[in-house]
Amino acid sequence: MKVSKRLLFFAVVTMILAASMMVLMAGGKEKGAPKEKGMPAITIFWAEWDPANYLQELCNVYTQQTGNTANVETTPWSDFQTKAFNEFAARGDAYDIVVGDSQWLGRGATQRHYVELTDWIKERGVDKSMAAATITAYAEYPKGSGKYYAVPVEGDACGWSYRKDLFEDPMEKEAFRRKYGYELKVPETWDQLLDIAEFFTRPDKNFYGCAIYTQKDYDALTMGIENVLWAWGADLGDYKTYRVKGVLNSQDGIKSLEFYKELYKYTPPDWGNAFFPENNMAITEGLAAMSMNYYAFFPALINPEMNKYADGMGFFAMPKGPKDQIAALGGQGASIITYSKKQDAAYAWLEWFVKPENQAKWGELGGYTCDLKTLKSEKFLNMTPYNRSFMETMQMVKDFWAVPEYAELLESCQRRWHEYVVEGKGTAKQSMDGIADEWEAIFEKAGYYD
Amino acid sequence: MSNGKSAEMSIRQRGLSDIAIKRMFIMPTIVLLICINIFPLIWSLGLSFADYSAVKPRVEGVNPNWIGGKNYRDVLMDLHIWEYFTITARYVIMAVAGEFIIGFGIALLLNRDFKAKGLVTTLILLPMMMSMSIVGMFWRLLYNPGWGIINSMLGLGDFVWLANPKMALIAVAITDIWMWSPFTMLLALAGLSAIPQYLYEAAEIDRASWWFKFRKITLPLVAPLLFIALIFRTMEAFKMFDIAFVMTGGGPGTATELIAINLYRLAFAQWNTGKASAFAYIILIMIIAITNIYIKYLNRAKEM
Repeated sequence: MKVSKRLLFFAVVTMILAASMMVLMAGGKEKGAPKEKGMPAITIFWAEWDPANYLQELCNVYTQQTGNTANVETTPWSDFQTKAFNEFAARGDAYDIVVGDSQWLGRGATQRHYVELTDWIKERGVDKSMAAATITAYAEYPKGSGKYYAVPVEGDACGWSYRKDLFEDPMEKEAFRRKYGYELKVPETWDQLLDIAEFFTRPDKNFYGCAIYTQKDYDALTMGIENVLWAWGADLGDYKTYRVKGVLNSQDGIKSLEFYKELYKYTPPDWGNAFFPENNMAITEGLAAMSMNYYAFFPALINPEMNKYADGMGFFAMPKGPKDQIAALGGQGASIITYSKKQDAAYAWLEWFVKPENQAKWGELGGYTCDLKTLKSEKFLNMTPYNRSFMETMQMVKDFWAVPEYAELLESCQRRWHEYVVEGKGTAKQSMDGIADEWEAIFEKAGYYD
Repeated sequence: MSNGKSAEMSIRQRGLSDIAIKRMFIMPTIVLLICINIFPLIWSLGLSFADYSAVKPRVEGVNPNWIGGKNYRDVLMDLHIWEYFTITARYVIMAVAGEFIIGFGIALLLNRDFKAKGLVTTLILLPMMMSMSIVGMFWRLLYNPGWGIINSMLGLGDFVWLANPKMALIAVAITDIWMWSPFTMLLALAGLSAIPQYLYEAAEIDRASWWFKFRKITLPLVAPLLFIALIFRTMEAFKMFDIAFVMTGGGPGTATELIAINLYRLAFAQWNTGKASAFAYIILIMIIAITNIYIKYLNRAKEM
């Protein structure tokens, strides 16, 4: 039986059209069509980690209470920034809310990817109900301007976990006292931390003193170095004039970098590409006595299913340096995306999220709420072995530059610090001088000195 | 036959000739190619002459701001970028040479009849069927001095691979060689199995040595396919991203900062779209130039 060419042609065209219609209809159903009752479903974009799972649990409660749906979509940390900004570049509406890093604020605000929330926040008193430091860090841009672009979701900062069982072992204590002349206990200063790291470094037993951030990608190494940089009295620059030379590459800055490199000696071998998963692994795999990490990653360490040393874990805040005691800020705030077609639904979710009872629930689920009332409650402080140390840390946090050019600044310092600390190339002074030059060139190009 | 002819004539009467139908069938593919391939190529070429960031709002004269060849000048004058080109060149030489020698060697071993030849060939091909990121992830674990199997098998103790600036690039190249030698092997094997047996038989009669047969029969006849493998592998190694990024993130320091990784940082971390486009075009021109050299030799090999 022969089929005419014309018939064949029309059959093919009809099939293509039918397939296209089906795709369009399916897409339409999923995307834009509002739910029968209440608001359309919204998508909240965040990085792939435990707090995102807690937030999804909170969103399930939101659905039970309001009938509206909020889904948390995640992507690995290494891909988080790229994926979010790809969507912004495309003016895409895939995400209605993004729980973005504090450094993104400048770019999100000035490039108009984030909706300004100043009036919304002030009308609801969110600027008063949340801890002041978190409002400044996660919501305000420019700093001190009183303009807000996010609602603090996850307060976070760098802290330390340690093997309490080793620190309390009488034989270890005795050996430590003999070697260093003082008692082995939670370090109060960075020098003590270095001594302890050296003491526990036993390569013959595949055991090391500490795990610190060293990864070159994104901001890991910078987040680690910031803790010592500020503790030694140096800074990333003058936040008012944007001048860097003489501040970052001061003697204090150079000494702090040399100290970080010294600390790197006591990390497990091949520790040149480590961020939060590796640093938690250093504890769970019995590789290190102490590990630097964000508080948000500590829940895994007290879970016996994930950490065989869970019962013997202790936590402490960043130690004192010669001049200061400061911790690098982590954490994120929720921003409504300009290109979202469901902004009403996004506002509705934020409205629900900031209510005190839901902030308390967020804290109970494992989220690091920034709500003052919840934070100060005894219930929250005693909920985990690290919540008290988290409270202490949140009083002494500082953040990286939150300017739109933060990614260029990060690229420069990550590269130069990694060269010095991990690759062992050049001196601390050359590294700091190089960054100061490059940062000032970036600020100059961006017009900060005009 | 006559029915077919009359149908054809009735189509022609309505203006739908055979050629028109063919064109209509091809049209969607052409349109798709123009939309997703040709248009972005021309568009990015335009952007390479502008100071432009894809994430900033478009403001004519500001973003994009047309700056002529400044992006190209900046890239070519940037000493860091030349350092990354050098690292990439070293990587390409190590990886492609390794893949060529090992792939061709395995092909020579497999080019004979033995039991379970099909199974062995399939097993050898497995690495190249895997995702590059996954390969990078598990080789990162294999290289771990604490629990990695490589140090354990070679008795290297806690020898550091990936955080060691002298070994990191070699370690990444070894992973690439492990993954892509089977590709060279596959093409070489195809070439080897196509060599007529009578040539070897004639050489046997003349009592030619193994080396003579290899040099005068095997190598010249398999050369065109080896060149094709070289072209593909050089292009791929030149733009290597996944394995290196997952294994080292470009570190330690800049020891494994390949140009593709740096291009990624420029384009998607710093969102310097204009400069990244210029950088990408420079890489493209280099790849075309290298490929052309290979093709020239490929044509010569074919003529031999």
